[in-house]
Amino acid sequence: MNRIWIAFAALALSACVTINIYFPAAAAEKAADKIIEEVWQTQKADKPVEKEQK
Amino acid sequence: MIKNLIKFFVSLFALTAALNAFAVDLEINTPGVNAIKQSMQARHAELAPLYASGAVGLTSDGMVSLRDAGAVPLPQRQAVNALVAAENRDRNALYAEIANANGHPEWEAEIRSTFAQRWIQRAQPGWWVQSGGGWSQK
Repeated sequence: MNRIWIAFAALALSACVTINIYFPAAAAEKAADKIIEEVWQTQKADKPVEKEQK
Repeated sequence: MIKNLIKFFVSLFALTAALNAFAVDLEINTPGVNAIKQSMQARHAELAPLYASGAVGLTSDGMVSLRDAGAVPLPQRQAVNALVAAENRDRNALYAEIANANGHPEWEAEIRSTFAQRWIQRAQPGWWVQSGGGWSQK
């Protein structure tokens, strides 16, 4: 009984770690867009920034 | 026993959902990132006409490259090469800096490929971008 709980606790912990090291693709895309906008200054440019569909 | 297990998994799910909520944004507001960003922003004024003329294109690995040296008059070629090299240094530093700022240096390659896609997707019409090894015009 106790052993089962220890096994589950270990599983739970490893699941947490897995989530933490998972690359946040959506967040990275958001960050990239923000930096690109600033570097290229596309917001102030005469051409409007179009939001592409992924 | 089963009830306890269900409780356990429900709380585990709640915990992971909460952890995910904290991780929705990447940290990009650090002195290092901001300094690189400003340097790239200043350089863009010089690079923009080169993108437009097709002399310089956006590569599929998140860099810039001199793709048509013939579009640059010979006397300026060295300056353009230096500009491209400086831009690529900044871009490499930017990807590494973002990965480090978020405590995951191993994310650098993924950050680079995310940026590569976004640079290309957001490139202005007429600019040259690399896709699958070849160049194409937006």
